[in-house]
Amino acid sequence: MTEAEPKKAALKLQGVRKNYGQVVAVAGIDLVVNEGEFFTLLGPSGSGKTTLLRLIAGFERPDAGRIELGGRDITSVPPHLRDTNTVFQDYALFPHMSVAENIGYGLKVKGVPRSARQKRVERALAMVRLTALGNRRPNQLSGGQRQRVALARAVVNEPEVLLLDEPLGALDLKLRQEMQIELKQIQQEVGITFVYVTHDQEEALTMSDRMAVMANGQIEQVGSPVEVYERPATEFVAGFIGISNVLLRDGVRFVVRPEKIRMLAEGEVPEPGMTVEPGQVEDVVYVGMTTRYIVRLDRGEQLVAVRQNMDAVGDAHKFQGRPVRLAWTANHTFVLDDGR
Amino acid sequence: MEGLWTRIALRLWVALILLFLFTPIALIFVYAFNTSNIQSWPIPGFTLKWFTSTWNDPDVRRSLALSLQVGLGATALALVLGSCAAFAIHRMTWFGREFVSLMFVLPLALPGIVTGIALNAAFSFGGISLSTLTIVVGHTTFCIVVVYNNVLARLRRTQGSLIEAAMDLGANGFQVLRDITLPLISTAVVAGAMLAFALSFDEVIVTTFTAGAQNTLPLWIFGAIRLGQRLPEVNVVVSFVILVTIIPVVIAARLTGGGGTARVPAAR
Repeated sequence: MTEAEPKKAALKLQGVRKNYGQVVAVAGIDLVVNEGEFFTLLGPSGSGKTTLLRLIAGFERPDAGRIELGGRDITSVPPHLRDTNTVFQDYALFPHMSVAENIGYGLKVKGVPRSARQKRVERALAMVRLTALGNRRPNQLSGGQRQRVALARAVVNEPEVLLLDEPLGALDLKLRQEMQIELKQIQQEVGITFVYVTHDQEEALTMSDRMAVMANGQIEQVGSPVEVYERPATEFVAGFIGISNVLLRDGVRFVVRPEKIRMLAEGEVPEPGMTVEPGQVEDVVYVGMTTRYIVRLDRGEQLVAVRQNMDAVGDAHKFQGRPVRLAWTANHTFVLDDGR
Repeated sequence: MEGLWTRIALRLWVALILLFLFTPIALIFVYAFNTSNIQSWPIPGFTLKWFTSTWNDPDVRRSLALSLQVGLGATALALVLGSCAAFAIHRMTWFGREFVSLMFVLPLALPGIVTGIALNAAFSFGGISLSTLTIVVGHTTFCIVVVYNNVLARLRRTQGSLIEAAMDLGANGFQVLRDITLPLISTAVVAGAMLAFALSFDEVIVTTFTAGAQNTLPLWIFGAIRLGQRLPEVNVVVSFVILVTIIPVVIAARLTGGGGTARVPAAR
C-alpha cells in the first residue's frame, strides 16, 4: 500500500487472540510487518499493545491464532528459541554483570566464541556511544545510558525482529527526543525490523515507517504516519493522534485538523470553495510555538484552531471572547468511516 | 529540630537500654578471665588458665564437635529445603499461597517446647531412637524458616523482567538459573545459612527433646550450671557460643542490608 515494490514479511500475525480470564487483551489481530521496517504499535494503556509484543516475544501464548517469523510458524516456540530480542521498558539489565557482559550475554549463551563475541560487543558499544563504559555496572549508569545498554544488548544479536516496549518511557522529554532520532538512525544503520510499542503519538509519528493504532485489543488503522494523521479511519484514531475536530453536517461526520482551520480577519473574504462557519473564541491557550484557539461554533460544536506564533508577543489574547469566522477547504477534511 | 536537653536525655536513655542489655553478657566475658573460681566482684585478677582447661576438657570437646556437626547438618538441609520452598512459593499464583507460606514460617514462631515435644513424640511413635540425626532434623525445622524468608525476600525484590530478559536473549531454563537467578540470590542464601547456623548453635529446648545421651554445647552448659560445677569453664564456653552466634548474624545483616540492596537497582 505504501510502495509499489513487494516486500518480504518479517512478521505475520493471523487471528491472534489473548484473554486474561474475562478480559480480552488482544481480540483477534491480523498484521504483517515488512522486513527492515520501523513499525509502531500505538495505543493508550490497556489497548493490548504490550500484550501483543509479549505474544511476539513468546512470554505469552496466544489463545488462538498464528504467529510467523520470517515465514516460520513460531506460535508455540519458547522465547529462548525465537529469533526476536526485546528492549524492556525497565531495561532489565542484569545488575551483577558489567555493561559489556550484559551486552555479550545473548552471544555467550548461543555459544559465540569469546574473541568474536568481544568484537561484536565493542561494535555494539560504539553504536550506542558507550565505548568507555564497558566495565561499569548498570547501577553506575544514568537512565539514558542504561537505555542504550538495553538497546545494544538486544541489537548485538541481530535478531529477525527487534521488539521495543516503550523504551523511552522513563526518560525526560529532552533526552527522549534525542533518543527518538538516534533510535531511528540505528535502525536504519543495522537494517533490523523494529516493532516499537508506545502510547506517545508524537513518538510514533516521528519514528515509524508504518504504524498500527490500537484500541480495546484491536487494530483501528494501519498506515504510514502521514496516512494515519491526515486520513484517520475512525474517530478514535482521529482523537488519539492530534486534536480532532469532529463535525456532523448534512448527515456526514468528518474531521478537520486544527492547523488546517483558518481564522478569518474582520472583513476578510474567504478563498473560493472554502466553508465558513461563525463562532466565538472561548479560550486562548498559549503553548509556546503555537497558540490554540478554542472556538464555540454558532451551531454548537467546539472546534480547536491552531496558529503559529509569528506575530508580536501577546496579541493573541485580544481574541478572547470575540466573534470569529472559521474557514476550511473541503480537501482538508476527511469523512469518518466509523461504520455508523 | 529537638532541643539540646531532649537530645541529651534521648542519648542517656539509649545508653541505659544498651547497658541493661549488654552488662550481663560483658560480665560473662570478664568472668571467663577470672583467676578465682568464685564469681565475685571485683575479680581478683586476670588469667587464661580456664581457656586451657576448657580446651582440654574431653566433655567440652565432644559437645563442640556435636554442635558443629548438628549446626552444619541442619544448615545444609535447611539450605536445600528452604531455597526450594522459597522458589516454589515465589512462582505460585495459587490463592492458598499465603497460607502455605505461613505454614513454612510457623516453626520459628512455635514455642520450642511444643516443637520439641511434638518431635519427641513423633520419633518414639516411629520407633526412631534419638541420635545426632534426630537433633539435626529438629534444628532443621526452624532453620528452614530463616533460609526461606531470606531467599523469598530477595526473589520478591528481584525484577521479574530479568528472567524474561535472559530467556529473550536465548538462555534456557538451566542457564537462567545458573547465570541470573542464583547470582542474584546468592548473598541472601549465604545470609540465610549464617543465621540458620547461629540459630542451631545456641539452641537448647528442641535439642533437649531430640538428643539422646549426647550433649551439644548449650546442653553441656545447661548441665554444668545445674550441677554447679566447672563454672569458670562455663563462662569460657558461653563467651565462645556468643561469638559464634553473633559473627554470622553480623555478616548476614551486612549481606542482606547495604550490600544487598546495592545489587538490585531501583526500578524506575
